[in-house]
Parts: sequence; structure tokens; C-alpha cells
Amino acid sequence: MEKFEKLTGIAAPMPLVNIDTDMIIPKNFLKTIKRTGLGVNAFAEMRYNDDGSENPDFVLNKDQYRQAQIIVAGDNFGCGSSREHAPWALADFGIKAVISTSFADIFFNNCFKNGMLPIVLPQEQIDVLMKDSEKGSNARMTIDLEAQEITTSDGEVIKFDVDAFKKHCLLEGLDDIGLTMNKAAAIDTFETQAAQARPWV
Amino acid sequence: MSAPKTLYDKIWDAHVVSQDEDGTCLLYIDRHLVHEVTSPQAFEGLRLSGRKVRAPEKTIAVPDHNVPTTLDRAKGIDNEESRIQVDALDKNAKDFGVNYYPVSDVRQGIVHIVGPENGWTLPGMTVVCGDSHTATHGAFGSLAHGIGTSEVEHVLATQTLIQSKSKNMKVEITGKLRPGVTAKDITLAVIGETGTGGGTGHVIEYCGEAIRDLSMEGRMTVCNMAIEGGARAGLIAPDETTFNYVKGRAHAPKGAQWEAALNWWKTLFTDEGAHFDKVVTLKGEEIEPVVTWGTSPEDVLPISGTVPAASDFKGGKVDAAARSLDYMGLKPGTKLEDIKIDVVFIGSCTNGRIEDLRAAAEVLKGRKIADGVRAMVVPGSGLVRAQAEEEGLDKIFLDAGLEWRMAGCSMCLAMNPDQLAPGERCASTSNRNFEGRQGKGGRTHLMSPAMAACAAVTGHLTDVRKFMELEDA
Repeated sequence: MEKFEKLTGIAAPMPLVNIDTDMIIPKNFLKTIKRTGLGVNAFAEMRYNDDGSENPDFVLNKDQYRQAQIIVAGDNFGCGSSREHAPWALADFGIKAVISTSFADIFFNNCFKNGMLPIVLPQEQIDVLMKDSEKGSNARMTIDLEAQEITTSDGEVIKFDVDAFKKHCLLEGLDDIGLTMNKAAAIDTFETQAAQARPWV
Repeated sequence: MSAPKTLYDKIWDAHVVSQDEDGTCLLYIDRHLVHEVTSPQAFEGLRLSGRKVRAPEKTIAVPDHNVPTTLDRAKGIDNEESRIQVDALDKNAKDFGVNYYPVSDVRQGIVHIVGPENGWTLPGMTVVCGDSHTATHGAFGSLAHGIGTSEVEHVLATQTLIQSKSKNMKVEITGKLRPGVTAKDITLAVIGETGTGGGTGHVIEYCGEAIRDLSMEGRMTVCNMAIEGGARAGLIAPDETTFNYVKGRAHAPKGAQWEAALNWWKTLFTDEGAHFDKVVTLKGEEIEPVVTWGTSPEDVLPISGTVPAASDFKGGKVDAAARSLDYMGLKPGTKLEDIKIDVVFIGSCTNGRIEDLRAAAEVLKGRKIADGVRAMVVPGSGLVRAQAEEEGLDKIFLDAGLEWRMAGCSMCLAMNPDQLAPGERCASTSNRNFEGRQGKGGRTHLMSPAMAACAAVTGHLTDVRKFMELEDA
């Protein structure tokens, strides 16, 4: 997995609440057996008109946000299905961090498995970042995971919380499965004990 | 004496393999359900790293999202991408030796209906699947939730998940339900109350008299939509209703093991005085038959209501509601019962079980669907379909003018050809009314099977209680 250490980039404002996984990647693009190539269809129904042309009003179609690496979003981002195609699509587009007041649990988890950082902040701080993101490509936001700090284009510093284990995995680019495989002995022991306690399982 | 525990605490504690200093746990997974959409990349990952499936006997795969539901589906899948996904599952199930119900097997169906029906899902288990509606299995008092594809690969390889414990939330439905009010109305009413983010970070335990009174089918409907309320998992403590449902199913324990299992299952309840971080209480007798008007499952109103205005809301919801009203093509102040529909969909992991089909058939018996309405019944599994046919429900549906389909996810998410055309409006028993969910530009109103059947007959959203009055008269 790619490491996430420090990111300086353009942030795109998406203030709509409850942006769901069907919006992030509509189901007709789930029929893939690969993880890559979904970026072109991220937000497809908002991003493209019926004839396939770009909807000029959609934020990521505006010149100043085409290179965005950060999304500042409304409440409950990523609600809906468990599809990991949602973070895959965002990552493939180039998004590396999403900032909101809240995320749906499964989406939140899926981000970390793909080197992407979801950050939860209170409304007042989201308001500050939303305003900063509205400045477009003239403004760069910096996210420092080690220090757990976001610095706005004006130099305002906002601290954020992150789960220690998830932070460690992102900073080191660690693969969860490899880590768990190292605990094979503990899994063996659990299975032996569980087979006695609950043989019907 | 140890501190009182919730049901969630008890199941969690019984499955912790190891715990790190920061509280992150490795949790053992008893059942891993797999479908064709969220698994190909996970199996591919195993192949690339030379890994095996650790516990193929605890892994159950079934294609459901992409499969056609037409009667001639044995001829194969027309859409190339869909066919590739289903073929990939066929191959992966065979190569890795997991339990498998192919499209040709009568037991094939929606993964969340197949698991309980065949006795794979049992009380006190941990159950996961790369699908958010895994919450369904919580109806048995098993800790069940959706996972992403990276986690699917993790469970395939290690039979465990890296997890931090969620908070405990209690949703109590007191008293009795009124006539015409169903499990679907309960679960929608709860989401209407809490919002789609209300359960985020929590595992919900549903309790109270109205929950106790539900059948297993109804309990599965309630838990199924825990995720629409933001909770990864919903739980209901197992009781005699649960044990009676499980007993005798193909993969349920038998003989001495049944007795041993029963002894443990009877300890699976929340202890007196256990702590809940959040509590929501609704009075069962105050819940009305409900429908959704917007594009979020929290957009719930009693069928007797009217379409709201965006200005009725606060904060970010004002813009979201305006967008929903525009997408849904609805004018504020319109009576919900005056909303005309084009399509009726009865099915899905929320409402595709035998009891749901019986409820729809009860309304449809001796009636015809309205002119211009297209209506389909898609049973949740081949076994549900066979049971319905044994009871003669298929004849009621066909006589009324509905299509009687083969099992699959179908128009709940429209990954197969069962889709709404742009602008078409659907009375649907499924679980999500998101923009484009049932087909690009399609408009979804969520409701119970009985209410969907009423809408099919009248051609507009209809209060099921009016049909009941007719029958009583």
C-alpha cells in the first residue's frame, strides 16, 4: 500500500450532506473485476450529462479543481453500500484525503485500506476548511499525518484525531493481511478453543 | 460479579483472538458470505500473494447482484461484464473450495436470504460479507456487518478482521403495532427518527415488545436496514422464535450439539443494568404505515402526510431536500397518496422472504393491478420461490397481472436488466432510495410489501389501512 505522510494539494468543496456511495461510484461501474480505472467514473451521474459531456457546474469539472487531492465534504460522507469501489474511484481520480464532520463506518474503514485519509472535524472547523477550499487552485491545504495537523492556505492550523493503529499503517504503508498472518499462532489457538466451546460453528 | 454486559459485548468477547494496547482487536469470523460483485479483487489478491482460503468450510458463496431474474435465465447472461463477474465467482468458488450455490441451484438467492434459510447463520456468531446489508443476520443475535473488499481478502486469508469496538445503542419499540403496520414501517420509522447518520459508530440492539412479537422474517427486515440508519450492525436477542426458525435447517446443529448450542444461545441477552451509549425509544402504537418521499432513507413520512418543502429543514439538509424534491419531481404540499407510480418492485434482502410475499398476495388476491403499471415479484431465493408456489401465491400474482420472477437482487440496485427508465416512479420494498439506485433517473418510494401491493392495484401510493377497511366491510 502507498504511504500517506504529508500532502499539500488543492481541496474541492462538496458541501452536500449524505453523499452516498451510489453517487461516488454508480452501480453500473461495479461490474469490474479490477481495482483500477474507476477514476474516470467517480461521481459519474453528477459529473456527466446524459450525452456523456461534462456537466460544467460539477465542482471537479471546474478547471481550478481538476487536480484536487482533497475533498471537504458535508455530513455523513460515504453512506450507503460497502463497495470499496468508492474509495478506489476516488483514489484513481487522485483524491488522497476527505474531510467531513462524519463518515459512514464502512467507507471510513475502506479509505485506510487504500492509503487514503478520512478526517473527522467539528462543524466550525469544517466551515473554515470549506471556505478555504472555495479559493480554488490558488489555495493549497497541507495535511501532516505525523503531526495530525491541517494547515490552511492562510496558515491557520487545525489539529485532528486519528486512530493510532490506522495512522501507523498509513505512515508505513503496511498491508493488514501480512500483519495478521504474523499472528497465525494466536488464530490457531483461538480456533482450537472455540472448536471445543462451540463445536457446532 | 463481573460488570453487566450488552448482547453485543458478549458476542464480541467470545470472538476476540488478540487485543493490542490501543484496544484494536483481532476478531474471529464464524461465517463469511461472498457474492460476485465485491469478491473478485479479493480472490485475485490471494492468487497474487499465493495465499489460500483459511476456512473454506466457513465460507459460503452465491451470485445474486448480476443474475437475470427472467424464467429463461439458464440460457446465460447477455451483459458481458455481468457474465464475467458471475463466471469469476464460479471459478473462484471451485478453485478455493468454498461452499457454493450456483445460479442453477434451487438454493441460489440473495446472499442474506440464503444464509439464514440454510442454517448457516446461527445465534452468537460473527458473520461478515462484502455487502452492507449483512446487518440482516443480526436478527438471529449474531454480530453481522458489511466489509469492504480489502477486508474480504483479509477474512478469506485469516478468518479474522482487525476491529475496534463500536458503541452500544439501544432502539426500543414498546407496545403493540397497529393493524397494517409492519417490520418495514418500524425500521423506516426508526431511520426517520435518528437520521441516516444516527447509528454511525454504533451497533444497535433492537428490543421491546413490538420487536419480540415479530417473526424471524420481520426481525430480518428490521436489522437489514440498521445500515441505513448508519449502524454497521443491528442485533436482536435470540429467543424461542429464533430457535424454532433455526431448528432443522440444513446446516443447523443437530442432536447433542443442538442442546449444547441452545444452552449457550440462551445466555445471549443484554444483562440488567448494562450500559448503552445511546437510547432511542418509539411507541409501537404510534407508528403508522410509512413511505419515503426523497432520496435518502431518512426522508420518511406517514402515508397520511404531504410532501414537505425544503424550507421545512435545517442546515445542510435544506439544499439536500431541495435537490431530492427536484430529482423526485415532487411539489411540496402534494398528498403522498396522490403520487402516481409506474412500477412496483416486491423483493430484495429487505422484503423478499415468504412472509413478505404472503403479505403482498393477501392484498392482491382477486384484484388486478392498475392499467399502465408494471409490477414484478422477485423472490429472495429459489427456496422462497418454491414455497410460494406450493402455497399458490404465484397464481395470485400472475392473475393480478404481476410478473413472477426467479431469485436475485434485481431492481433493488438494478445491476441486472431489471431497471427503471429515467423519470419512472417505483413503489419498492427495497432498502435504498438514492438517486439512480434503481436505474438512472429512476424515482424510488420505499415501503412495506403490503403497501407496494396496494400501490400496484390503485396506481398511486396508497394507505394499506384503506384496503383493510374494504375487507372488513
